Amino acid sequence: MDKVTLLATIKEVVAPYTKNPEALATLNEDTDFIRDLKINSANLVDVVLDVEEKFNIVIDNDSMEKMINVRSAMEVVENKLAAP
Amino acid sequence: MRVVITGLGVVAPNGTGVPAFTAAVREGVSGIRYDPQLEALDFSCRIAGTPEVTEAMKLQYFDPLELKGFNSGAVLYGVMAGMEAWQDAGLPAGNAIQQPDWDSGAIFGTGSSGIDKMREAIYRMDELQVRRLGSTVVAQTMASGISAWLGGKLALGNQVTTNSSACTTGAESVLMAYDRIRAGKARRILAGSTTDGGPYVWGGFDAMKVCTFKNNDRPAAGSRPMSATATGFVPGAGAGALVVESLESALERNATIYAEIIGGHVNSGGQRNEGSMTAPNSEAVQRCIREAVRDAGIHPDEIDAINGHLTATSKDAAEVINWSQALNRSGEHFPYLNALKCLVGHCLSASGSIELVAAVLQLQQGFLFPNINSEDLHPEIAAIVPREKIPQQLIHQDLQVIAKASFGFGDVNACIILKKYKF
Repeated sequence: MDKVTLLATIKEVVAPYTKNPEALATLNEDTDFIRDLKINSANLVDVVLDVEEKFNIVIDNDSMEKMINVRSAMEVVENKLAAP
Repeated sequence: MRVVITGLGVVAPNGTGVPAFTAAVREGVSGIRYDPQLEALDFSCRIAGTPEVTEAMKLQYFDPLELKGFNSGAVLYGVMAGMEAWQDAGLPAGNAIQQPDWDSGAIFGTGSSGIDKMREAIYRMDELQVRRLGSTVVAQTMASGISAWLGGKLALGNQVTTNSSACTTGAESVLMAYDRIRAGKARRILAGSTTDGGPYVWGGFDAMKVCTFKNNDRPAAGSRPMSATATGFVPGAGAGALVVESLESALERNATIYAEIIGGHVNSGGQRNEGSMTAPNSEAVQRCIREAVRDAGIHPDEIDAINGHLTATSKDAAEVINWSQALNRSGEHFPYLNALKCLVGHCLSASGSIELVAAVLQLQQGFLFPNINSEDLHPEIAAIVPREKIPQQLIHQDLQVIAKASFGFGDVNACIILKKYKF
């Protein structure tokens, strides 16, 4: 999956959770889920579950902890998709 | 310190929102309907009172994210009724509020919360999918979920808690609010109660055979308080909410005042004598009513009307006898008597608050609503209360004082004395 598609898919997944539509509109790899998108920290687990469903992958607890911004989320997804 | 009611909200089987509910109560419109799910699950009682809530109504009170994975009747009904009451009182709601209001709290009760959500979660966990529950289970199933949701939506900074005392819950919440305001610890409290509906709440009652199973073919005639042919209650669901406020605060805000709370009492029969987990100790019931009247500083003869607990079980006659003995009034001297459960069924932990909303409207607007399905009065009740004191049609009548009582499993009682507000 190319980066543009991956970024667009993550944007789609986080959209329902963000309290900051401006930050969503300009979402990029540096966007932080809590600081920029104002996602409630309790909802981060929901974001991860939705990412799992969207890409048909399973994200382990250690990877889940890393998913605090768009860049780390993209890395986790790319690694899982690349795994045999 | 005088304490008044400045806002009302309700989600009832016969009306969602105060305007629809008021019209239904005045006209004697039943909210009891045939429930195919109860038949599919082989319940004995297949009629119930379930509030009608549309998606558009939900979106008035919840944002789309909150409704993602949402499956808690108690939180749904309670938030809708609570927010309606708060806004009705002219008080602010929503994310635009920057600071908590330290003078405002919530005491909002329930018997259970989010039983359907919990069922969903249990199935998932048993399939070894606990990690897939997401973040929504706890806030929808913790007992204090309802007060927590309201506290957040209204930025409440005073006490935010949930009380629970079976079918006394709603009346108890209002009295707890009344006590806290009288003690000077809060200026206004959003009081009320809610309950989940549906088979997983009602099943236990169905199994105890306390619900009627003889009226499945005639839902609107199925809930029959005070009737000789009463054979059990019809289960219901919903929520009622009342903004309880110090008179001083209400006057400062120039708020609409619906009624004054002039006294009340809660107690328990200790499950002694004829009292048990499921049956009331009459001595305690009478004592509760008498103490409420004493607390209100009135003579029992000043009570114009009673809004009873009266569930349509075999205990209705005992309740009427208890009122009669506690107030020392019978025959033509007995007050008017209303039983809201004829229209909404028994809304369990929400019953007290929904019925209190009706009682407040009765005082404010001056009416007695039709006691439908009481055409064949129970002889033990007819021996104490004349037919004309249990109206079957709407009666316009100025009322000064209404006594409202609720009784619950665990042998617990609550009685509130409401008075028409005069400056």
